[in-house]
Amino acid sequence: MTHTESLLAAEEAEVADTQASAPPSHIHGQTIRAATGIYAGLVFVLIPLAHLAVPESHGLHASDYLVTLLGKILCYAAVAVALDLVWGYTGILSLGHGVFFALGGYAFGMYLMRGIGLDGSYHSHLPDFMVFLDWKELPWYWLGTGHILWAVFLVVAVPGLLALVFGYFAFRSRIKGVYFSIITQAMTVAFMLLFFRNETGFGGNNGFTDFKRILGCSITAPGTRIVLFALSGALLLGTLYLARRLTASKFGRILTAIRDAESRLMFIGYNPLYYKLFIWTLSAVICAVAGALYVPQVGIINPGEMSPSNSIEMVVWVAVGGRGTLIGPVVGAFLVNLAKSWFTVSFPEYWLFFLGAVFVIVTLLLPHGVVGLFKKIKTLTKGGAS
Amino acid sequence: MTPAILRAGYARGGNALGVSFGHQVKEGDLDTSTRVIVYLEHISVSFDGFKALNDLSLFIDVGELRCIIGPNGAGKTTMMDVITGKSRPDSGSAFLGQSLDLTRLSEPEIAHAGVGRKFQKPTVFENHTVFENMELALKTDKRVWKTLFAQLNSEDTDRIAQTLRLIRLDGQESRPAGLLSHGQKQWLEIGMLLVQEPKLLLLDEPVAGMTDEETERTAELFLSLAGRHSLMVVEHDMAFIRKLGGKVTVLHEGSVLAEGPLDKVQNDQRVIDVYLGR
Amino acid sequence: MIKRMFSFFLLAAALLGTTGPAWSGRAVSPGIIETLAGEDSDAKIEAINRLVRDMPDQALPVLTAMADDSLSIADGRLVIMDGDTATDAVSGETLDPAPDNPEAITVNNRVRSKIAECLSALNLFSKDRDARMTSAADLSENPAPESLSIIEKALSAEKDSEITVKLHVARNKILLAASDPTLRIKAARALADNPTPSTRQLLAGLLLKNGDDFMEPDPDVQAAAAESLRSIDRQLAVGDTLGQIFTGLSLGSLLLLTAMGLAITYGVMGVINMAHGEFLMIGAYAAFAVQSVFRSRFPEYQDAYLLAALPAGFLAAALTGMILERTVIRFLYGRPLETLLATWGLSLILIQAVRTLFGAQNVEVANPAWMSGGVAVLPNLILPWNRIVIIGFSIAVLAAMWAILNLTRLGLFVRAVTQNRAMSGCVGVLTGRVDTLAFGLGAGIAGIGGVALSQVSNVGPDMGQNYIIDSFMVVVLGGVGQLAGAVWAALGLGVVSKFLEGWAGAVIAKILVLVFVIVFIQKRPQGMFALKGRTVESGS
Repeated sequence: MTHTESLLAAEEAEVADTQASAPPSHIHGQTIRAATGIYAGLVFVLIPLAHLAVPESHGLHASDYLVTLLGKILCYAAVAVALDLVWGYTGILSLGHGVFFALGGYAFGMYLMRGIGLDGSYHSHLPDFMVFLDWKELPWYWLGTGHILWAVFLVVAVPGLLALVFGYFAFRSRIKGVYFSIITQAMTVAFMLLFFRNETGFGGNNGFTDFKRILGCSITAPGTRIVLFALSGALLLGTLYLARRLTASKFGRILTAIRDAESRLMFIGYNPLYYKLFIWTLSAVICAVAGALYVPQVGIINPGEMSPSNSIEMVVWVAVGGRGTLIGPVVGAFLVNLAKSWFTVSFPEYWLFFLGAVFVIVTLLLPHGVVGLFKKIKTLTKGGAS
Repeated sequence: MTPAILRAGYARGGNALGVSFGHQVKEGDLDTSTRVIVYLEHISVSFDGFKALNDLSLFIDVGELRCIIGPNGAGKTTMMDVITGKSRPDSGSAFLGQSLDLTRLSEPEIAHAGVGRKFQKPTVFENHTVFENMELALKTDKRVWKTLFAQLNSEDTDRIAQTLRLIRLDGQESRPAGLLSHGQKQWLEIGMLLVQEPKLLLLDEPVAGMTDEETERTAELFLSLAGRHSLMVVEHDMAFIRKLGGKVTVLHEGSVLAEGPLDKVQNDQRVIDVYLGR
Repeated sequence: MIKRMFSFFLLAAALLGTTGPAWSGRAVSPGIIETLAGEDSDAKIEAINRLVRDMPDQALPVLTAMADDSLSIADGRLVIMDGDTATDAVSGETLDPAPDNPEAITVNNRVRSKIAECLSALNLFSKDRDARMTSAADLSENPAPESLSIIEKALSAEKDSEITVKLHVARNKILLAASDPTLRIKAARALADNPTPSTRQLLAGLLLKNGDDFMEPDPDVQAAAAESLRSIDRQLAVGDTLGQIFTGLSLGSLLLLTAMGLAITYGVMGVINMAHGEFLMIGAYAAFAVQSVFRSRFPEYQDAYLLAALPAGFLAAALTGMILERTVIRFLYGRPLETLLATWGLSLILIQAVRTLFGAQNVEVANPAWMSGGVAVLPNLILPWNRIVIIGFSIAVLAAMWAILNLTRLGLFVRAVTQNRAMSGCVGVLTGRVDTLAFGLGAGIAGIGGVALSQVSNVGPDMGQNYIIDSFMVVVLGGVGQLAGAVWAALGLGVVSKFLEGWAGAVIAKILVLVFVIVFIQKRPQGMFALKGRTVESGS
């Protein structure tokens, strides 16, 4: 190998390193099919069986806690993939995805609240908090929320519309980079404050809780839990499929082009506004659906979900796993949230130290996250072997 | 020489916000019946009191190859910014053909109307392969919905392959553009302009960083393009400009100092003064 | 001084003159005593009214004792019991031996508030001018109809013009309910000179409808009241507006203190520092620490702790800032989004560190005595000293910043690096050191902002988070690295949000401000005072 050649090779490796955007071409279709099979087997067969069929005393029984935790993290993972589409691929850092997640949760929570019926502590047709506020009838925006189809429509439509309008004005005026991030964070705070108000009509700071049933089934029944769990698993799978199709297409290449050289793209005739708007709204809607599945599993939604720190924690899932890849956000969501549930049980006072350190370490030392680290190790060992 | 301003309203797309979902300038909007493709009349642009362009007027004919020279800060890049919609003039009018008001169209709309631009610093999508760069630039419907389901047909791939041969990047299709040499990036960018099939090419220092041989080939390429396209080339390399042989415009302090064949402007006393700092 | 003594003398003479015989200890009528001892609250209140109206002088010790729960009845007289000693409530002589079986008079809350009201009225005859003033002020806000005779008596004796004004207000308010319409008209007209919210409410009450009839039956009185109401509304509106502007300015100056540092760090280094709010918090906790030291070591200089807290807050925040810059932020230059995440992580660590050190609860930072109270500019406009001080202080900090940036060598370097980092490096500016110092300066200014903040709001580990978004809005609005922009944006945002708060409530106001900022950026994407030009935009 001549000097120039080795230089070129080094350069090539560097570019390959920064080339987080390209679809993982080295992963063959076969590998993907195998991974999908294992995933589907776990989520749709093994865990449901371990929860429903294996007796509780048995060591292999999947406890309520475990199923709920995993279901929750599956929702989070879908959020992370959605966030990665806008951040990792398009270069738009959103600090407001928690709002879309929570709005989806609230929209479905309205249905769940209506489902309580007369079983609330005031035995009224109205949700308890409305009785408490001495309201006599449902506000107009609660109309129809007793029907699951309307609720599902709201889950998609409300956050989708918000994202569309917000995104249109922000992208139209070419708000980019940190400016955009800050504006999204301000939006988060505004929504959090709005939902903390009792008069807004969403239960104030207590939010929605004490759900009883979905479609007539008890919400605490193991069967219901497993169905919700499997739906979360399906959501993640669907999100990954969609994201892969998008990022491997010309559309996906335009997204990365926006990230890398937006002005070049404009001067060859693309209007980045609508590309950004499309992926931004899509991402928001995925988050909202994840939020809608999350709420019945954890049994509560309150404005705390909209706090800025929640949104920024979502970003760190993506960063930890490795942005600009599809598997990275999933890995990150699992790692961070498993760590969180371990810390909050064992050392609650150290969780923030840990999380803070994760932010710093990932940005300083692991710009491509855990997945990037693995890739690097792999290329290094390969290089050593040849 | 005054363009049909009355008809300009049509080119605005009837959209007060300046953007519209998927609005594209149509092929027929570009009216070059008077054989002039760019009209810049009395353009002034200022940044915080500094006049980057000062009452600049310039016309370029269809198929013409025009070279622009001038010392640093003469307003060359700002003039290109005005033509491509990146900067809005404080006063004056800028038209593409008879009817397209460049001061009212957005960058993508102007690109669609047939203006291609090469930046001073070569700007390609470094994380994409050479082929993908060309694919993105290819003249096609560039709206979101069309792009989502876009498939390349054989005509497109032929066109890309042909252009890649022209810019001598054939065989490099799957190489990430970030790995190309400086000169190759310049050519890739030119290639991307070509597959856009623009009416007017704006080329900002296209041979900077090229070897003599590459410069030579670029000159040949440009000469072969003239006639079918209009070209506006900004360069400092006088030898290169001499090879191109077109009309030369000298910019100084935001306005046109001299215009004509290279030999004439090179002997113009004012031009000599400006370049020698007298 | 002599004049004051003279007027005291006159007052005393007047009091003695008018009520002279009462001092001899005229007995309280048995009827009143019985009722006071009874169980019926209404009757008790009536008895108190009679006592006050008929025998104001005896009423004072009796009611004071009642308010203290030390009034008893023994042998048919009112006795004040204090432990084992007993005093005759009316004559003031000590009873020896103490009566055997004093029966305590019970006082419920309703009666108690009545007593407080009457005691306040009785203070009108106090020798202490401040006590009279307080009493008159109370009465002018909440006059009880029974107090009319007292007020008139006090008016005839009172020489102090301020107190007289208050008493007239009280009298007129009572007279609004007089049976004689001419008296009511007079009162309604006179009240126009007292533009306070309570007067406004009273006059507006006359014009309310009760069924089909107005509360005030006489059309002439209605007209007089309506006219006074309009006049008061005009005067109140001025006060309200000025008040909102003032609170807006004080909020704005707090935002400015936060945003100034942010503007420097973003302007010079392009660093979005999400931990900036935590520098505020560090400054506030430094104030708390200094206060604790002063309380335990130099209690006599307690009020001066704030002066020591300012440098302490600056140093604590600046040091933290410089350490973070050297260890973390330095490595992230040119990657603004990553910086944003890393500094968020740092803010989490700082918050948790303070929680571990000082506890999760808010700590108490007191205003020094000289900063409590305020200046009453208009009846409905009182400017609190602490806010006045903060506005003045932020002007001083702004001036200092301007001086540092424009008159010192560091400032020269900072400006050079802001404009062209590479070129500054080439001509020998140690850009690394300038970065550290500028970051320290920005953090330190946030630190003294935190000291200021500790004077008007709660001090807790999360306090920085509340201000960070607002101050980012200031930076976004004002344009990057622009001191003038930051000033206008901070004051503008402060005033606008206070006005919106008054109009629509705090939450809606916040949302509207956000919407406003987004709309504003549509028009001026680079902020109010942005530099236009090629250097600002990238891409070519």
